[in-house]
Amino acid sequence: MKYLDEFRDGEMAQSLAREIRQTATRKWAIMEVCGGQTHSIVRNGLDQLLEGAVEMIHGPGCPVCVTPLELIDKALAIAAEPGVIFCSFGDMLRVPGSTMDLFRIKAQGGDVRIVYSPLDALHIARQNPGREVVFFGIGFETTAPANAMAVHQARLQNIVNFSMLVSHVLVPPAIEAIMNSPTCRVQAFLAAGHVCSVMGYWQYYPLAERYHVPIVITGFEPLDLLEGIRRTVHQLEAGRHEVENAYERAVCFEGNQPAQKLLSEVFEVTDRSWRGIGEIPRSGWRLSDAYRDFDAEARFSVSGIHTSESTLCRSGEVLQGNLKPNQCPGFGKECTPRHPLGATMVSSEGACAAYFNYGRFVAVDAIR
Amino acid sequence: MSTLAQPDLSQWSCPLPLRDYPTIVMGHGGGGQLTSELIEHIFVPAFRNPTLEGMADSCVLPPPTGRLAFSTDSYVVQPLFFPGGSIGDLAVHGTVNDLAMSGATPLYLSAGFILEEGFPIAHLAAIVDRMGAAARAAGVQIVTGDTKVVEKGHGDGCYINTAGIGVIANHIHIAPTLARPGDVIIVSGTIGDHGMAIMSVRQGLDFETIIRSDTAALNTMVATLFPFAPHLHVLRDPTRGGLASSLNEIAAQSGVGILIEERAVPVLPDVQSACDLLGMDPIYVPNEGKLVAVVAPQVADAVLARIREHEHGRDAAIIGRVTSQHPGLLAAKTAVGGTRIIPLQIGEQIPRIC
Repeated sequence: MKYLDEFRDGEMAQSLAREIRQTATRKWAIMEVCGGQTHSIVRNGLDQLLEGAVEMIHGPGCPVCVTPLELIDKALAIAAEPGVIFCSFGDMLRVPGSTMDLFRIKAQGGDVRIVYSPLDALHIARQNPGREVVFFGIGFETTAPANAMAVHQARLQNIVNFSMLVSHVLVPPAIEAIMNSPTCRVQAFLAAGHVCSVMGYWQYYPLAERYHVPIVITGFEPLDLLEGIRRTVHQLEAGRHEVENAYERAVCFEGNQPAQKLLSEVFEVTDRSWRGIGEIPRSGWRLSDAYRDFDAEARFSVSGIHTSESTLCRSGEVLQGNLKPNQCPGFGKECTPRHPLGATMVSSEGACAAYFNYGRFVAVDAIR
Repeated sequence: MSTLAQPDLSQWSCPLPLRDYPTIVMGHGGGGQLTSELIEHIFVPAFRNPTLEGMADSCVLPPPTGRLAFSTDSYVVQPLFFPGGSIGDLAVHGTVNDLAMSGATPLYLSAGFILEEGFPIAHLAAIVDRMGAAARAAGVQIVTGDTKVVEKGHGDGCYINTAGIGVIANHIHIAPTLARPGDVIIVSGTIGDHGMAIMSVRQGLDFETIIRSDTAALNTMVATLFPFAPHLHVLRDPTRGGLASSLNEIAAQSGVGILIEERAVPVLPDVQSACDLLGMDPIYVPNEGKLVAVVAPQVADAVLARIREHEHGRDAAIIGRVTSQHPGLLAAKTAVGGTRIIPLQIGEQIPRIC
C-alpha cells in the first residue's frame, strides 16, 4: 500500500538497526509512551533487533490498560441497566472490572455493541430515540477529537438520549509523573505521533528542559520507530536533550488547531486515576460544564460506585522498569492474563502478560 | 445491510406448492405435509442421490474398507450470504475439510437445519442449492437430514449442522501429534480472506475492492498428496483462530517448536490493508479454504508443487519449519528481521483502539 510498504522495508530496517547498535556506546533505556507503538515494537520484534543497544521500557500509554477499575465498574453498571445500548471500542470489552467484563454483561442480556467511531454510537442514538445510548469515551488526546465531536453533534442535533462515559488521559502529565519518580530509569521518550498530530509538540519543550531527557516525536510503522530511536540514541550519545520531530509527514508544531479548539470547548482538565499508577494531578479530561448534560456518570447515578485497585498489584513499578514481573507477589497466582489485576497484565503486550505467556517456556534468546 | 449480503435469486423460481408460503412457518418443522413439501421441493432436488430418496428414518450405507473418520460442525455465520459464498457452502466445505485433514476421503454428510419462523423460503432454497452444488463438487453425498423450526426471534434465520463420514486408507497416518523437528510447513494460499470478507460485510466497511471468502473443499487437494505418505505428517485447516491457532496447536500437541518466516506467509494486499485499518493481525483471521501441511523436508518441494497445481492452491508457499527449540511455542521472524512469539488468543480477535 502506498505510504505503508515504504515504512516496512526489511533492508532499510536492518540498516537503521545496525546504525543504532553501532552508535550506542552503552545500553540506553528509552520509553515509548504509546500502546500502539508498544504493539508495533513487539509485533515487528524491534526490541530484539536492538538488543544490547537499547532497552525499550513499555510505558503506560495503552488507554484500555490504564482505565481505572472504578470506571470499568461504572461502565458495567450502566451497561447492565435495562434499555441501555452501551457502545465501546472492541478491546475495552475484555477488560475486567472487579467481578466481570462487558462480554459477560452482553451474555447476560445487556445490549453491548462494538463501534469503530463515537459517531456510530451517535447514529445508533438517533435510530433508537426510546433508548439511552452510552459511549465509553476512553483514550489519549488521539481519540479525544472524535469523542468531542460526537458530544458536540449530540448537542447541536438535540440528541438527548446520547451520553458519554469519559475517561480521557493526557500524555504530558504522565511523562511528568514518570520522571518525578525517584527510582525512574527512563533516559529518553518516544512521544506518540498521533497524539502530537492533534496537540502539536510545543508542550514537550519544558519537559525536555526540566528533566534533561530527549523527546522524539515518533510514528508507528517499523521504520518510523527505528528512525525515532535512532535520533534518540544520537541525542543521548551527544549528551543533548531536545525535542525532535521524526514524524514530519503527520505532525506539525502547533498540531490540529480546529481540533484543539473543539477539545477546549467540550472538555476540561481534571485529576485522573491511572490503573496501576494511581492518581496523577491534572492528567485527564472530563466534559466541561457546558456539556455536563451528556455525562453518563451523572445521568446514571453511578457516582456512588467506589472500587479500590488491588493492593497486591505492583504494576506501577513494573511500568517504570524497577521490578521484574515475576518478582511481584501476585504474578501467576492472583494475577494472570485471564484475571489481570493491573495494566501490565491486561494488555497482551504488557510486560507482565508477555512474561506470563512466554517467560515460562524459554529464554527469548533461544528462538533467535 | 450491503446488497452483497443478498443471495442471487435470479435463477430461482418457486416450485409449487411452496408458493402458498413464501416464508417458513412453524408447520414446516411439524413433520406433516408442509415438512414433506419442503423435503420434496427444496432438499431432494438440491441434494439428489438414491440414499436420500429412500426417505427412511435413517439411511443405510455399505461398510467401507479402511478406518472411519467422523466429524461434525455447526454453522451460525452472519450474514448468511457474503462475497464468495454462503452458509450453505461453509456447511459442506467445513465438514468435508475436517474429514480431509485426518487423511480421510469424505463420503457422506448429514444436514440438520434450524430455521427461524418467517425466514424466506427463497433464501432457504438458495442456501440448499449452494450446499448441493458444493457437495457435488467435493464428491460427497448428503444422505440424511432434519429440519426444525423455532419461533420468530429465537434463531438467526438459519443455522445448519453437518456431520460427515469419511474413510482413511490403512497406510495413511496424519495427525496433529506427528510434527517432527526438521519438518517443513506449507500453507496452501493467502490467509485471512474469509474472516475479512465477513468482517467487511458485517461492519459495513467499504474498501476499494471486495474481499471474497476463500470457502472451498480441500479433499481433492489432499487426495493428490496421499502418494507422499508416510512423509505427510500433519494437515490442519486454519479456520477459527486462523493460522496462529493451528500452528500453536500443532506445536503443543507434537511437543515441538515452530518458527515461521512472516514475509513468506501469503496475504492479499486488500486483506492486509483491512487488517491494518482495524488493528487486526491476518495470522489470527479465519480461513475456510486453506490448509497447513507439515511434511518431511525431503518431500517439501514436491508437495508444494503438487498443491500449486490445484485450483485452490496456486498461492501455496513454504512458510517455516519445525524445530526442537522452544517446544510448544510458535515464533516468527518478522518482515523487518526481528523475532516475535505468536501466542494463542484468549478469545476472538477484536478491533483495537490502540
